[in-house]
Amino acid sequence: MTLMTKFLGASAATALMAGAAFAEPALIYDLGGKFDKSFNEAAFNGAQRWVEETGGTYREIEMQSEAQREQALRRFADAGANPIITMGFGMADPLSSVAPDFPDTKFVVVDVTWLEGLDNVRQIGFAEHEGSYLVGMLAALASKTGTVSFIGGMDIPLIRHFGCGFAQGAKAANPDVKIIANMTGTTPDAWNDPVKGSELTKAQISQGSDVVFAAAGGTGVGVLQTAADSGILSIGVDSNQNHLHPGKVLTSMLKRVDNAVYDALKAGENVETGVFTFGLAEDGVGYALDENNASLITAEMKATVDAARDSIISGDTKVVSYYENDSCPAIDF
Amino acid sequence: MDAYLTILQLLDSTVRLATPLLLACLAGLYSERAGIFDIGLEGKMLAAAFFSAAVAAVTGSVWVGLLAGIAASLVLSAIHGIASITFRGNQLISGVAINFLAAGLTVLVAQAWFRQGGRTPSLFGKGRFEPITLPFAESLQSVPIIGPLYYELISGHSILVYLAFAAVPFTWWLLFRTRFGLRLRAVGENPAAVDTAGVSVVGLRFAAVGICGVLCGIAGAYLSTALQAGFVKDMSAGRGFIALAALIFAKWRPWHALYATLLFGLFGALETRPDVIEAVIGMKVQGQLLSALPYIMTVIILAGFVGKAIPPRAGGEPYVKER
Repeated sequence: MTLMTKFLGASAATALMAGAAFAEPALIYDLGGKFDKSFNEAAFNGAQRWVEETGGTYREIEMQSEAQREQALRRFADAGANPIITMGFGMADPLSSVAPDFPDTKFVVVDVTWLEGLDNVRQIGFAEHEGSYLVGMLAALASKTGTVSFIGGMDIPLIRHFGCGFAQGAKAANPDVKIIANMTGTTPDAWNDPVKGSELTKAQISQGSDVVFAAAGGTGVGVLQTAADSGILSIGVDSNQNHLHPGKVLTSMLKRVDNAVYDALKAGENVETGVFTFGLAEDGVGYALDENNASLITAEMKATVDAARDSIISGDTKVVSYYENDSCPAIDF
Repeated sequence: MDAYLTILQLLDSTVRLATPLLLACLAGLYSERAGIFDIGLEGKMLAAAFFSAAVAAVTGSVWVGLLAGIAASLVLSAIHGIASITFRGNQLISGVAINFLAAGLTVLVAQAWFRQGGRTPSLFGKGRFEPITLPFAESLQSVPIIGPLYYELISGHSILVYLAFAAVPFTWWLLFRTRFGLRLRAVGENPAAVDTAGVSVVGLRFAAVGICGVLCGIAGAYLSTALQAGFVKDMSAGRGFIALAALIFAKWRPWHALYATLLFGLFGALETRPDVIEAVIGMKVQGQLLSALPYIMTVIILAGFVGKAIPPRAGGEPYVKER
């Protein structure tokens, strides 16, 4: 009986919401939090751009734990939010159980491309290895010691995917380059441990590295700080982090999550579903060039990297994805 | 010579990683020796890390920040004291509550205050503890063996590191060579005897919890204003719990606390240099094993395989004068 009441209540609520003039979209941030100066903040920026242009409103929530994911999805779907945009690979399992229950709601998920049989889900992936390849080239070109390094956050395939592209790019620019790679940890703590990020950076510096690429969420704050303090160059990730330490961050590997979120919000309920991958060709990934790092990137470096970019787009250069066979040709994690 | 330098860099990293553990471990030592279990070390460190960074960012003075961090930690200590000493509540539950309180409160206040998503603005200049170069460090650098040792390892840390190391002999002296120390230890073993002698059990326990608060405050400030240049949510990352493990490993003794935290710090430092481990033992060791080692060793000690760890006898029990 109570179950029946619940269903009735839920359907009544849905009906009421459906009757409203328009459905509000919803945005669910991943565990790193809305202002991580990186992945989630990019989503927030995309949503804000949409708000400024259209005057629309959207609902949002930050995940605090794994257990909240499915609950948040159901809540928003129950309340009639459409489309529901979610961030991060952790949303894959909750989505595959929630999406079939709400066939009329459109879901968008960033960083998930492998779900099957969900007609109402737009899955967005990025070719992070291609963007990382370019910053890897820049790192090797900027390095004076011939050693560059990578610091990942939590040791998951996605982060290895970043590191793998970076290593291939560095090797392409300088075949003799030495590449050091470390992961911060294997638990979600690894996204928020700047102290350990600093120690890893110092350890890599003592091994000769003078350009460090951090793909580590909040841990990256410590990496960039220590790199700036120690007088070496760093590379930011996801959002443009060049401004954090002007003149000391070589570049940032951009992942245009903001565009993905903006496009989804703009399309609204009619957002196209299916699997989409944005690479260099679609400007989904790239490297950041602005007034903060203009002095660090010479015209020669820019020309080399832009040539590589064109070559990847045309298919002449192939960047191996870590996902292809769970291993990397350029580096051993 | 290269190997020697690598060892020095490893030890240097060990010192930096061990310092917050050492401060928190000594904090726990005072509290637990007086019979108050404290699993809220983590929360106090986190709160202190936030408030010291926040106040240092606003005032531009790291010393004011340090005081603010200590004050924040003392407030949490006072809550723990009132709950577990005055109202005789369960010390473990109070400690857990403090951890949750600090984890949520820091991010909430940071967001309301700075609007940067639960972090503080980056600190610079006088807002940070800078490394101190000890006298003659530069000129002695060329002296073989001792020169690099002095320059790399002993010199070049923030003042809080030297303070933490000085706190070890001081704690030993205070606990084992003064009247206050004797009473503090007695209150953790047999509070009734102390009470009979006409000394306030409640007063002594509050004093111990207060010292614990000050030390946790320094530990937190060290994280956010010396090692880092600002606060990031959850930045204590379990160090309070490793400090507790170190306390058990040290069997509640100050000098052993130093050794235990240095050992745990060394594990942390080794984790950042997988190449060194591979070169020394000839095979790859997973970083996870090293981060789990402190806990594994503590369990082994607790299980009584390597000498028995016996906590202060009255630990965890509120003192009731009359029934």
